[in-house]
Amino acid sequence: MTTPQVQPPKLRFATVWLAGCSGCHMSFLDLDEWLFELAAAVEIVYSPVASDIKVFPEGVDLCLVEGAVANADNLALALQLRARSKLVVSFGDCAVSANVPGLRNLWAGVAGGSRQSVLERGYVELADRGAQHPHAPGIVPELLERVLPLHEVIAVDYFLPGCPPSAERIREFLEDLLRGERPQQQGAEQLRFG
Amino acid sequence: MKAAISWRCCDATSCRAAGAAALRHSLVAQHGAERVKSVGCLRLCGQGPLAAADHEDGRVELFGGVAAERQLDPQHPFFTLQRSVVLERCGLVDPGCLEDALAQGAYAALAVCRQLAPKAVVEELERSGLRGRGGAGYPTGRKWQLVAAQPGSSKVVVCNADEGDPGAFMDRAVLEGDPHRLLEGMAIAAHAVGANEGYIYVRAEYPLAIERLRGAIAAAEARGLLAGFAMQLRIGAGAYVCGEETALLHSIEGGRGTPRPRPPYPAVSGLWGLPTLINNVETFAAVPAILRQGGAWYGAMGTATSKGTKVFALSGAITHTGLIEVEMGTSLRTIVETMGGGVPANPNGSLGVVKAVQTGGPSGGCVPAALLDTPVDYEGLQALGSIMGSGGMVVIDESLAMPELARYFMGFCVAESCGKCLPCRAGTVQLEQLLDRFVERRATGADLVQLEQLCGMVKATSLCGLGQSAPNPVLSTLRFFRAEYEAAIAGAGP
Amino acid sequence: MTQASPSITLQINGQPCTVAADATLLQAIRSAGLQVPTLCHLDGLTPVGACRLCLVDLEGHPKLEPACVTTAAEGMVVHTHTPELESYRRMAVELFFAEGNHVCAFCVANGACELQDVAVEVGMDHSRFPYQYPKRHVDASHALFGLDHHRCILCTRCVRMCDEIEGAHVWDVGYRGSACSIIAGLDQPWGEVEACTSCGKCVDACPTGALFRKQDATAEKQPHPERAQQLAEARTDRRWHNQ
Repeated sequence: MTTPQVQPPKLRFATVWLAGCSGCHMSFLDLDEWLFELAAAVEIVYSPVASDIKVFPEGVDLCLVEGAVANADNLALALQLRARSKLVVSFGDCAVSANVPGLRNLWAGVAGGSRQSVLERGYVELADRGAQHPHAPGIVPELLERVLPLHEVIAVDYFLPGCPPSAERIREFLEDLLRGERPQQQGAEQLRFG
Repeated sequence: MKAAISWRCCDATSCRAAGAAALRHSLVAQHGAERVKSVGCLRLCGQGPLAAADHEDGRVELFGGVAAERQLDPQHPFFTLQRSVVLERCGLVDPGCLEDALAQGAYAALAVCRQLAPKAVVEELERSGLRGRGGAGYPTGRKWQLVAAQPGSSKVVVCNADEGDPGAFMDRAVLEGDPHRLLEGMAIAAHAVGANEGYIYVRAEYPLAIERLRGAIAAAEARGLLAGFAMQLRIGAGAYVCGEETALLHSIEGGRGTPRPRPPYPAVSGLWGLPTLINNVETFAAVPAILRQGGAWYGAMGTATSKGTKVFALSGAITHTGLIEVEMGTSLRTIVETMGGGVPANPNGSLGVVKAVQTGGPSGGCVPAALLDTPVDYEGLQALGSIMGSGGMVVIDESLAMPELARYFMGFCVAESCGKCLPCRAGTVQLEQLLDRFVERRATGADLVQLEQLCGMVKATSLCGLGQSAPNPVLSTLRFFRAEYEAAIAGAGP
Repeated sequence: MTQASPSITLQINGQPCTVAADATLLQAIRSAGLQVPTLCHLDGLTPVGACRLCLVDLEGHPKLEPACVTTAAEGMVVHTHTPELESYRRMAVELFFAEGNHVCAFCVANGACELQDVAVEVGMDHSRFPYQYPKRHVDASHALFGLDHHRCILCTRCVRMCDEIEGAHVWDVGYRGSACSIIAGLDQPWGEVEACTSCGKCVDACPTGALFRKQDATAEKQPHPERAQQLAEARTDRRWHNQ
């Protein structure tokens, strides 16, 4: 009889979607068949595209975070995922630099601030009918005054820029990490913004 | 007051602001206009408006206040420890009167120099050991020699009168109090280096200095004293960076006041591409005395590497605010405690305590109270992470937190950066915001690391002296008052 | 006709390198097959030493010097990539990103941007300095071209291109410090500046998406950084690149 092989515990893997367009997650899905290899190597414990768990779990090994921190829910989740994850990756330009969601920060200095300005523009000035500010406490999260890149809110271990990062870039990055190595991240293919 | 034979009434900017016109008016009403003369700075600016009474027996009395109501002590160390060379006529001569200046020896050294070979003039200056008083301390004689050695018959002498450091008013005193001295120094320089054109670049914020210079140039030209040397006045437009020599030259040429990389140095290619000698006001103002008394005489004063005298503007938390000229090597303690009278007592009667002395303005640093025995010279201050600078000396007492001081100077650099090079334009902005976090006590340990890294980067990579020295107030206070930064890290306790 | 100018030999990163005596350090570095990042430099235009990316370490010299404006000298020992220089360059590129509003995602120059390129070159994966979000504007008053100040890094290549090559001097720099901006004419809308010949050379010289052709959408800008040098050579050396 052969000795049964001891399987190392699978890496507990999560992906999170904050203020972003979900394009980074779409690019993640573009990993296509490699996703099967990933699924063999990790246990997906939280993800908007690969699990149906509502609460960010404890004991996560690796967490990819798409999107900037733009509202109270983003902030709470960012703090929670940091507390519960070993490695946190800023996944895509919005998490890395606040990118497009951060553009409302241009109005941070004007009367009313960026929060008021963006709501005014979106829900009042551009409304065809029924112009009104959204107000549903406890349901619609309050916007933060400034949209922040993830590392200005929590400590971030790795940055994976790109808008979105290509599937190839994501794969190379994850392959390195899964091998227990520091991702190389050199050259335009792996590092360029945009 | 009745026995006074004549009055000297300070008519410089700070005394004007304190009511010199009213004081002069009342003195004229009492003693007659012929007995009251307008002069430049009488030194103890904090007690202004000032007037000195000269008695027949040589006794001098000094009064302060609009009604001359405060009798001041001319035998106080603030006055007796001064060694007037650059300021030898300031406060004695009527800055608006060429006759008076001539009677007191103005242009005598120039007349002698013109009989000498230019080389001999340069040699005399080299013998004196004079170093540039604008801040960098480059040996003046060597600079003159460099310009003199350049080929070509068209050369330029430029005076940098763009004194802009917060707390600095040394050059203003010379310009307002003894403008002919500057013209004479420049004319001597022109003879020595073979220049036929001269420019004085003076900041627009010095309207009285401009007025006095205009009058002095017109009077000296009318008398033929500047023969062969065409002098022009150029007024700055409010940019601190124009005190940087290459930016200053661009500004005179009518361009945007931005520095350029050196070399080429102005000595080789300066104004309009011509060999150009640039010195600051105090440097030129020391020249007539050096040529009159000899380089050896001047070189006998001061320390091994810093010769002669230096003018300082003493201000901040100090009892006697004003202008002093002392021998190089005088200790900071002598200047601040003996001459300046230390920090005034607090309103509650407790003794004021010196915390530090800030020298060199936004490019300089803080010398802590424990090191007040440091002799003032270029190398001594540099070894402490500060600089001699142009001569601003601001006394800091215990009421001021060092991160706040650093942020003030960084804010100054943010406002005064010309924007040409990245580290100064964008780096100072980030540094100021980092300092905000320390002032508001919400910094983190990582902020302190980043503060030091960015200071190092801005210092090492900026294009001109403004950016290269912008981190100095931070680095210097970090060196001696690091605990204040550490205490400002959020959660670090009270 | 052309006289071979005397040559000098220096050492760059341990490798000997012989160049003409009037060569700049940047030319020497490139002739040795090495590279330092640049942004404000453009071959064919007067160097200004403003971006500070090409600073190099000279042994025995107290300060770092910009390779673009420093003349190579016999016996110089040059280091282009010390840990200190690499750390400063990375910080410099982060400062560039943080001081403007650079959103690569929808920029005309995305993929053909020198700022993006230097970010890759220095290994910048994020900015440690907070983004400043300066309030800037877009000048779309010109019939053919636009200027998006949000993307401007103040390299002044457009200013020099227009002044030195086209001879129109439409562009200059206005204001001070972090408020600096490229201005057209007397700080007028570009389209109102009569001196503009609509030659588009400024757009060719722009390293980012700040100056662009109006028909170009995201990632469609075709920069032509080589044109300054080609035109300069055509004029001074009578060498024509299309012949």
